[in-house]
Parts: sequence; structure tokens; C-alpha cells
Amino acid sequence: MISADMTTVLPEIFLAIFAMFALLGAVYTGKDATASMLTWATGAVFLALAIWIGMQGGDRVAAFGGTFVSDGFSRFLKVTILLSAAAVLVMSEAYMTRRGLLRFEYPILVALAVVGMMVMVSAGDLMTLYMGLELQSLALYVVASLRRDSVKSTEAGLKYFVLGALSSGILLYGASLTYGFAGTTLFSGILASVTGGASLGLLFGIAFLIAGFAFKVSAAPFHMWTPDVYEGSPTPVTAFFATAPKVAAMGLFARVVFDAFGGVVGDWQQIVAFLSVVSMFLGAVAAIGQTNIKRLMAYSSIAHMGFALMGLAAGTAFGVQAMLIYMAIYVTMNVGTFAFILAMEKDGRPVTDIAALKNYSKREPLQALAMLVLMFSLAGVPPMVGFFGKFYVLRAAYDANMGWLAVSGVVASVIGAFYYLRIVYYMYFGEETEALDGKMNPVLWLFLMGSAAVMVLGVVNLFGIEPLAAAAAATLVN
Amino acid sequence: MIGLEHYLTVAAALFVIGIFGLFLNRKNIIILLMSIELMLLAVNINFVAFSSYLGDLVGQVFTLFVLTVAAAEAAIGLAILVCFFRNRGTIDVEDVNVMKG
Repeated sequence: MISADMTTVLPEIFLAIFAMFALLGAVYTGKDATASMLTWATGAVFLALAIWIGMQGGDRVAAFGGTFVSDGFSRFLKVTILLSAAAVLVMSEAYMTRRGLLRFEYPILVALAVVGMMVMVSAGDLMTLYMGLELQSLALYVVASLRRDSVKSTEAGLKYFVLGALSSGILLYGASLTYGFAGTTLFSGILASVTGGASLGLLFGIAFLIAGFAFKVSAAPFHMWTPDVYEGSPTPVTAFFATAPKVAAMGLFARVVFDAFGGVVGDWQQIVAFLSVVSMFLGAVAAIGQTNIKRLMAYSSIAHMGFALMGLAAGTAFGVQAMLIYMAIYVTMNVGTFAFILAMEKDGRPVTDIAALKNYSKREPLQALAMLVLMFSLAGVPPMVGFFGKFYVLRAAYDANMGWLAVSGVVASVIGAFYYLRIVYYMYFGEETEALDGKMNPVLWLFLMGSAAVMVLGVVNLFGIEPLAAAAAATLVN
Repeated sequence: MIGLEHYLTVAAALFVIGIFGLFLNRKNIIILLMSIELMLLAVNINFVAFSSYLGDLVGQVFTLFVLTVAAAEAAIGLAILVCFFRNRGTIDVEDVNVMKG
């Protein structure tokens, strides 16, 4: 029994042990001298684990009395998380080394955060959920303030910590109410107790839980930490924040609302639809006035989370499939965009002002073209893959008789297109003021071009993720 | 007779005081940390009360996990606060404003 349980959590255990041995090894040997090698090694371990988990097949396995679940849904998300974390780690290595930021703790903290995320998406019990979430959050608070001698970075860490702890508290209060009124912390037990309508206490429980999740996925009106944390953190850390943790939090969100509250879809559907609409519009409108590209990406991620939540709000298996596809596409686009942002520099100093991109296409036509593809894709302009992500969630909302939600999604994406197109406009038509002069590192170049190529070539069949996402969604919703 | 609802009322009151402490406090970041701790302890009261009411041990196990995580959280929060103080020379809430959001 125990050995079967252990087999189920083997990837998580392996990664946790790797992180601990890496910590020991780095402390006893060269400390920061090993950081570069350790970053690449951690990226390689992520990649190997992603392949390992991706090769695993089979049905839903519930380990440790149902507190830890491994199914198609968790595997899909784990592969996405691991691949995006590996990509971000590999991209950050050169940037951080050059700025003396690369400490050996960075890859280790990222590895621990990833363990937390893997536990989150596999949670089958409120306790597992909480422990996974905190393991992720505590590691992220520290990486946000990685640049210890910078006011901005420590302030970002402090803000993230205070608001993250507040959201954990709200989430826990919801967990305690759920436990009290359902009589169990197991998702399967909660699901059994809500059949035939949830009691008032359970409704309060799910409302508090959703508020906590909304903080973690940075959905409006719980988004206020996002722009500051994105701006203040070192850029590689921002790239990390914008990818893997978002996927994990969205997976956890879906896991709880379907696995534990799947019997009362009508009760939480309205809350999620509300979060979705507010996030889409706030993300689209508030980004217009931004001049800092990192802040702009923060509002962009708020808007994108609104779209992903639209899939969830549909409350159907197709909605979850649309959400999974959307998150996979979102992560791919963000990896490419941040590869570009990481390379933005002048006189060796990182630049985040959008105006610095003016007339960029004259100097680096190929990179400008790749960025154009990514911006079009983020905005959801039809030939690019980003359009298909939006198309899926809109269709899911429409099929679930939420036509108003789909219509407001279309309106919000039109508003949002403005600021993405403004970047493109600057790159191609802007009057040059103070040009960027950095040369792009080959690794970043590879990720930028790869991501842009995916956005164009993916229109053929989305690289086959559609049936995978459908199978994953089918294991969650039935 | 003190029943479940009394405990839940106390926990709810403490939780709300914690949230208000976070938002209304304009003085010191340490007070924010105390408010967060208050929220987590309110949740613990909830868990233990429910656990005793239901005759189910899981709630108390959960409480132990929450306590452990709260300790780790306080340690990390204070560490970040120390770094912030070194850079900024103050821990007033009003001075956490280099970035406007």
C-alpha cells in the first residue's frame, strides 16, 4: 500500500530530494561559483521530470487515502509547469550572471516552488492543497526580493508577502468552514456532502476559497499586488511569476471547484464569471496608460487570467479543456515575450521603458518580427495561435449559455489589442529617441524565435495539445 | 453552556479584526505581521472547534500544519522586512511606496 502511494508521488519526492541535495552540495562546495551549473542542472531535471510524467499513462490514482491524486489533468498541468519553469531558468542564467544576481539559492528556490506547484495540482484534500500552496508561495516571496540591495525588489517581496499571506488566510478560513460544514477535508467527501445542494456554511466556504484562489491567479478585484510585484522583481523572476505559478494556481482553482464542488456548479459559476469579466476589462483598460513593459505585462496577465477563468466559468468539460489549452498557449507566448524583455538593455543596463523600443525594427528586423507575432498572438489576432486560445474559451462560454460573458470577452480583447499594437507601432513606426544597444544572447534568441514560430506553425493543429487537453479535462469533469 | 456557535463567533471576530488590521493600519509593518498571525489563529480556533464538535481528529491535524506554516511564514516575512529596512531605513507602511500601483 505504502509503496504504491510512494510510486505515485515519486516525481515530487525526487525533485524535493534533488533540491535538498543541491542546497547541501552548494553550501559545502563553491557556493555561488556553482550557481550557473546548478541552474542548468535544475532546468535539465525539470525537463527530465516533464518527460517522465508525460510518458506516464493510466487512470486516476489516488494515493495516501485520497489526499494526493494523479490523473490526466494533473499530468497535463505538471508537464506545462515543469517545461515553463525549465525555460525560464535557462533564460535567466545569462542575465543574472552578468548582473551578479545569480546566487545558488535561486535555482533551488525555484525547484522547491515547483514541488509546491506539483503538489497543488495533485491535491485531493484541503490539507494537501494548503501545504502545496504555501510551499510555492514561501519560495516565491523570497525570489521576489532576490535583489537584496534594491529598494524596489525588497518592496516587491514585502508587498507580495503581505498580500499573499492575506490571501492564504482568507483561503484557510474558507477551508475551515468547508471542513466544518462538510465534516471532512477530502475533496471526494466534500463532493458527496454537497450533492443535492450546498448548505449556507459551505457556500461561505467556497466563496472564501475562491477569493483566495483569485488572489493567487491575480484575478481582479484581487489583483492589486501584481503590477508592483512584476515591476519590482528582477526580470527573470517576473518571467517566472508570469508563467508556472499562474498555471498551478489555475489548475488548483479548477481542481477544487470541480473535484470538491462539482455538484453545485450553479453556485460558484456566477462568482467565477464575475471575476472573469472584471479581470478582462481591468486588465485591458489599466494597461493602456502603462509605460513600463513589466507593468504592462502584469496587466496583460490579469486580462489573460480573465479569459482562462471564462473557460472555468462555463462549468463544463469543454470549458476545462479550453482553459487548459489557453494556459498552455499563454505560457508559451509569455516565455517568448519575456525572452525579448530580458534582452532589452542599453549600456549594459536593463531597460523597461516601452518608448525605448521606438524604431527597433530598423536595427533588428528579425527580432522585431518575432515580437510582432507574439504581440499579435497575445492580442488574439486571428492567424496566430493566441486567437485559438481565445476562440476556445469564448465557445465554451457560449455553449454554456453564457453569451453575455462571451460578448464581453470579445469587447475586452478589442480594447486590450490597443496596447499590444502600440508596442508594434513603436517598433515599426516610432521616431527613434534613445535606442537599445544590447546584443541578444543566443539562448534568449532561441526562445524568442521558437515561441514566435510556435505561434505561427501551431495554427495547423495546435501541436496536438487539443486531444491531450480534452483527455485531461475528461478526468476532472464527469 | 458554551457551544460551537460561540467559538465560531470568536473566530469570525478575530478574523475580521485581522483583516481590518491589515487595511486600516497606517503605521508599522510589524502590525501587519501581527494581523496576519491573528487571522491564522482565528482559523485555528475554527478548526479546533469544528474538530471537537464533529468528533473528528482531522481538524486538529490541520491546525498543526497551519501553526507550522505560520511560523515559517513569519520567519520569511521578518527576513524580507529586515532587507527592506536596510535599503529604505524605515518600516512605516506609508513609506512602502517606491512603486505606485
